[in-house]
Amino acid sequence: MTEEVVLMKGNEAIAHAAVRIGVDGYFGYPITPQSEVLETLAELKPWETTGMVVLQAESEVAAINMVYGGAGSGKMVMTSSSSPGVSLKQEGISYIAGAELPCLVVNVMRGGPGLGTIQPSQADYFQATKGGGHGDYRLIVLAPASVQEMADFVDLAFKLAFKYRNPAMILTDGVIGQMMEKVVLPAPRPRRTEEEVTAQCPWAATGCKGRKPNIITSLELDPSVMEQRNLHLQAKYAEIEEKEARYEEINCEDAEYLIVAFGSCARIAQKSMEHAREMGIKVGLLRPVTLWPFPTKAVKERAKQVKGILVVELNSGQMIEDVQLAVECKVPVEHFGRLGGIVPDPDEVIEAIRKQLINKQ
Amino acid sequence: MTKEDIMKPENLVYQKPRLLNDNPMHYCPGCSHGVVHKLIAEVIDEMGMAEKAVGVSPVGCAVFMYNYLDIDCQEAAHGRAPALATAVKRLWPDRLVFTYQGDGDLACIGTAETIHALNRGENITIIFINNAIYGMTGGQMAPTTLLGMKTSTCPYGRIPEVHGYPLKMTEIAATLQGTCYVTRQSVQSVAAIRKAKKAIRKAFECSMQKKGSSLVEIVSTCSSGWKMTPEKANKWMEENMFPFYPLGDLKDTTEIK
Repeated sequence: MTEEVVLMKGNEAIAHAAVRIGVDGYFGYPITPQSEVLETLAELKPWETTGMVVLQAESEVAAINMVYGGAGSGKMVMTSSSSPGVSLKQEGISYIAGAELPCLVVNVMRGGPGLGTIQPSQADYFQATKGGGHGDYRLIVLAPASVQEMADFVDLAFKLAFKYRNPAMILTDGVIGQMMEKVVLPAPRPRRTEEEVTAQCPWAATGCKGRKPNIITSLELDPSVMEQRNLHLQAKYAEIEEKEARYEEINCEDAEYLIVAFGSCARIAQKSMEHAREMGIKVGLLRPVTLWPFPTKAVKERAKQVKGILVVELNSGQMIEDVQLAVECKVPVEHFGRLGGIVPDPDEVIEAIRKQLINKQ
Repeated sequence: MTKEDIMKPENLVYQKPRLLNDNPMHYCPGCSHGVVHKLIAEVIDEMGMAEKAVGVSPVGCAVFMYNYLDIDCQEAAHGRAPALATAVKRLWPDRLVFTYQGDGDLACIGTAETIHALNRGENITIIFINNAIYGMTGGQMAPTTLLGMKTSTCPYGRIPEVHGYPLKMTEIAATLQGTCYVTRQSVQSVAAIRKAKKAIRKAFECSMQKKGSSLVEIVSTCSSGWKMTPEKANKWMEENMFPFYPLGDLKDTTEIK
C-alpha cells in the first residue's frame, strides 16, 4: 500500500490521527487557536465509523473531568485546548495524575498572561513541565515541531500514557497548530474491544464483573499511606526520566555554538543555524522532543564541546532553567525570546548569537 | 424458640444488602447518608446490575461512598461528578452509571456540570443529598441553607441581603428538556424510605432504558452540622425543610410506574 500524503493544519492532523489510532473519546471546548481539533472531529463524525465519542463540553473544567471519568474506565480519552483553557484544566489534570490514569491533553499555546492574545507563544512551558496543578506530579510532555509530529505524537502520547499510567501532554503552539504541511497520517487501527480494555486495564472502573470492585481515587487521609503513594509516584517519574527522554540533534558534531529550542522555535532556529553556517559560524541545534522528561544528559554532553548555548523560546526564559541545570555553569547559557505572540525572524537569532555569545567572549 | 431457630434463613425478613459491605461507616449518628447508601445497594442488586454499575462519589461527606458499596466507583473532584459520569456512560453505554452528590457539590461548585449533564439528557442518575449545610468541612453555609438558618459562615442566620437566597436545583432540573424524571424524597420514616427506594429504582431504570437524565433529591438531616440530636433533626427537617423543599415528583415523562 502506498503512503497517502495529505496537506493539512497541525490541529486537523491531531483530530485525524486520533480517529485513526482508535481513540475512544474526545471532550473539548472551543478556544482559539485550537478549535479546529473539535471542528475536524465533528466533521469526521467518527461515532458513525469507529464508535469514537466526541463531545463539546460546557467548559474546559467539565471537559478535563470527562477525560478523568473516561480514563478511569480504561478508555483512550483526550482533550485539547489553548493556554487559558489549559489553566482551567489544571484541577482535573492533578486528579488524573494523582489517580494514575492515562490520557492525552493537547495545549496549542497562545500568548498570555490572562486572556493575552490568540497569537502563538511557548509561555506555558513551566505550567506543563513543573506541575501546573497542585501536588507533586509530572506530565509526560511532547513538543512537536511539524504537522507530521502532531499526527505521530498522538499515538506516542497514548503509548507512554498507558505504559506509565500517567497523563501525557502535547505542548504545541499556534504556529504548529495553524500551519499547513504535508503529512502521512497513521495507519488506521480499530478501537480496543471491551475485553481488550478490561484486560489491558484491570484497575479500571467498568463494573466489577468477575473481580473485586475497583476504586479510582486520589484521596488518602492516612499520611503514612499518602507518603508511600507519593514515593511510588516519584519512583515512576524517576523511571520515566531515565528511559523516555527524547531529542533531536542537527549539525551538532562540529558545533561551536549550540541552539536549544523546541517546537516552532526549533523550526525557526534550524533556518538560523543554516544561515549562520553559510556565514561561517558553526552552529548546532539540539531540539528537546520531550520537555519532561527533559533531555538533561544530552544537553550536558553537548555542552562539553561548545563555547556557548543560546536557548530560543517564545517566552521570557523558561526552558533555559532546565538547560542551565543540565549545563551546571560549564559554558555560558543565554536566552533569546520574543513575547506576546511575536515570532522571531531567523536572523534575529543569529544576531543574538553574535551579540550574547560570540562578542561577549 | 431458641435464638438459633429465630435466625434460620427461612425466618429472615430483613438483612443487610449484599452490596453494602462491613466497613464501619464514618457517618454521624442520625445521618441520612447510610440509609440512602443502603437503598442504592438494594436497588442495584435487585436490578441484577452489581457487575455493571459504576458510581461516582463527590467531595463532601459521601466522598467515601466507595468504601461501603461493593461496586466499581470513581471519586470525582468537587462538583465534577456529572462530567465523569457523562464520559463513563457514553463510553460504556450498557453500564448503570450514577452520581451521588451533596448540596455544596451539586448546587454550588458543580452547578454548571450538573445542569449541563442533565440538559444533555445523559442517561445517568444524579442522587442529590440536600441537608442544607456543608457537613464534611464542619457546618458552613450551603447554597440550599434556609433563610434564617445558622451555620458557621452565617452564624447570625442566613439573610438574603448578605448571603442571597437558597437555591432550588431540583426545580431548575425539572425545567430542563434533557431530564425525564425529577423527584424530591426523604428517608426519615419507614414509609419515606420505601418511597425513596422506589424513586431510585425508577431513576436507574430510566437510565438503562435511555430515557434521559434523572435527578433524585433526598431532603436529609445533618444532626452534627445542625447541632441537634438525630430525633430533633428529623423533626426540624419536617417543620422547616419540607415547607421550602416540598416532597414529591416534579417531573415524570417516563410512563414507568
